[in-house]
Amino acid sequence: MAAPAFKNGLVRWIDHRLPVFSFLHHELHDYPSPKNLSYWWNFGSLAGIVLVIMIVTGVFLAMHYTPHTAYAFDSVERIMRDVNYGWLIRYIHMNGASFFFIIVYIHIFRGMYYGSYKAPRELLWILGVVILLLMMATAFMGYVLPWGQMSFWGATVITNLFSAIPLVGDAIVTWLWGGFSVDNPTLNRFYSLHYLLPFLIVAVVMLHMVALHRFGSGNPLGIDVKGPQDSIPFHPYYTAKDAFGAGVFFIAFAGVVFFSPNLFGEPDNYIPANPLVTPPHIVPEWYFLPYYAILRAIPDKLLGVIAMFGSIFVLFLLPWLDTARVRSAKFRPTYRKFFWVLVVDCIVLGYVGANPPEGWFILVGRIATAYYFFHFLILLPVLGLIERPLPLPQSISAPVLKPAEGKA
Amino acid sequence: MAEAATATRGHAEGETRRDFIYLAAAGMGVVGAGAVAWPFISFMNPSADVLALSTTEVDLKPVQEGMSITVTWRGKPVFVRKRTKAEIDTAAATKLSDLPDPQADAARAKKPEWLILVGVCTHLGCVPLGQKTADPKGEYGGWFCPCHGSHYDTSGRIRKGPAPKNLEVPPYAFLDDTTIRIG
Repeated sequence: MAAPAFKNGLVRWIDHRLPVFSFLHHELHDYPSPKNLSYWWNFGSLAGIVLVIMIVTGVFLAMHYTPHTAYAFDSVERIMRDVNYGWLIRYIHMNGASFFFIIVYIHIFRGMYYGSYKAPRELLWILGVVILLLMMATAFMGYVLPWGQMSFWGATVITNLFSAIPLVGDAIVTWLWGGFSVDNPTLNRFYSLHYLLPFLIVAVVMLHMVALHRFGSGNPLGIDVKGPQDSIPFHPYYTAKDAFGAGVFFIAFAGVVFFSPNLFGEPDNYIPANPLVTPPHIVPEWYFLPYYAILRAIPDKLLGVIAMFGSIFVLFLLPWLDTARVRSAKFRPTYRKFFWVLVVDCIVLGYVGANPPEGWFILVGRIATAYYFFHFLILLPVLGLIERPLPLPQSISAPVLKPAEGKA
Repeated sequence: MAEAATATRGHAEGETRRDFIYLAAAGMGVVGAGAVAWPFISFMNPSADVLALSTTEVDLKPVQEGMSITVTWRGKPVFVRKRTKAEIDTAAATKLSDLPDPQADAARAKKPEWLILVGVCTHLGCVPLGQKTADPKGEYGGWFCPCHGSHYDTSGRIRKGPAPKNLEVPPYAFLDDTTIRIG
């Protein structure tokens, strides 16, 4: 790594003692990125931007929020009505969570389509799944803080999942609650952890970046960068592309924040929590609906909980479950079809999760759950062995340069 | 192990003692880490003031036959129902082989007309419906949990749905004919 010659003397002086500028130059400018990245590669940096937005708005909300069962609901309403721009900061934070999940889910499906989890990027993928789990825990605890009906009953149902553990289940639930029901000690610890976990996410994101920069981004063709003709510097090319994507994202985000801020919310959460009355139809936030559908698809309590956690843990094994050597679905005609079936399956699961467990929803939920596990546990290992992939191009630049050479 | 130690006695003796020190130090480290972790784990368990609020007394005088009241015990709803003759008979007549969590009705009520239950669904902790006259009572005339569709009978026993266990009967005692203490 050749140290770049900085023009500014002060920068040179600092960089000699603390090489942050060389580091940034190396990781942004020297960092060779495949020249064929599509807009599907925008969502990683976009997720990072939203994470920063969530932390900043969250820190400000904490200045006016009161974590006590008697005051929490009112303090949130005070933020909405009396605190200067409180409505704006809260709506950004609230909808930011939904957009964070939209972005991360697209990011994950992009990884699945283009085989981004395959060697040598297995740990990069696993760190991503860890981030997803941390995000889910953070989002769940954040949803409890306004202390509305959905907050309270969501907390009750989710913490009760642990009561399915044989023998020690009830003791664990009491420990999680700090009492015999979801109450003030529960609210306080959720607040504490909701503040802590985002910083753990930042730490894992950094590891995610270290792992990413080891081999660089994958690309839509799924073949390795063969030389300098296949790559361009990350900065300014992809910083510009990411910035454009971020602009498009902010239009959509601002549209929801300003014109339909309760689009993703549940009206019941504007009713203060009542420990004696369960709302007739409790649903989690939309981003948890597919897991909720899997939980309910299985009539046994313990097995339902295992299946629900299993639906995420199976992602940890994905790099080894998929036996195909070819990364990109572009050259895997059969896998490509099943990929879209999986996407539809997850949407169906979400739809089933949003509806009461009655009538045909039960059957559809069970079929969709079975298919979800079938895809990962049976289809992927077998398909990788029997599928005949299309011929891969020789290099990233070859398919682009060849026609031009032909003309000459 | 002993053989290996004897065979390499002399030169390797110091290494064996060093291994022992490593193991002993690591063992003490684990014990120490556990000793430090325990206060933090215990910190999150119910505190003394929470434990102190663990009994509730209920006056049963105003409760008429066929009527239910809900009281709070440890932050949870407790259902107190004065059952009708028909409900008691149905509960008593149910065959144990029909129950996912077999328990005789007589074992669940100290006095057959008074049924005392923790009003928390044993699936994932929702409060079942059935306390009010207009509530759905499920297919077995007891309680119905709207969250995931569990049906309980007139003895609070699970009959259908994902809940694994009967509604819990809290510890309680009759202080006199018309007063109970729960907890």
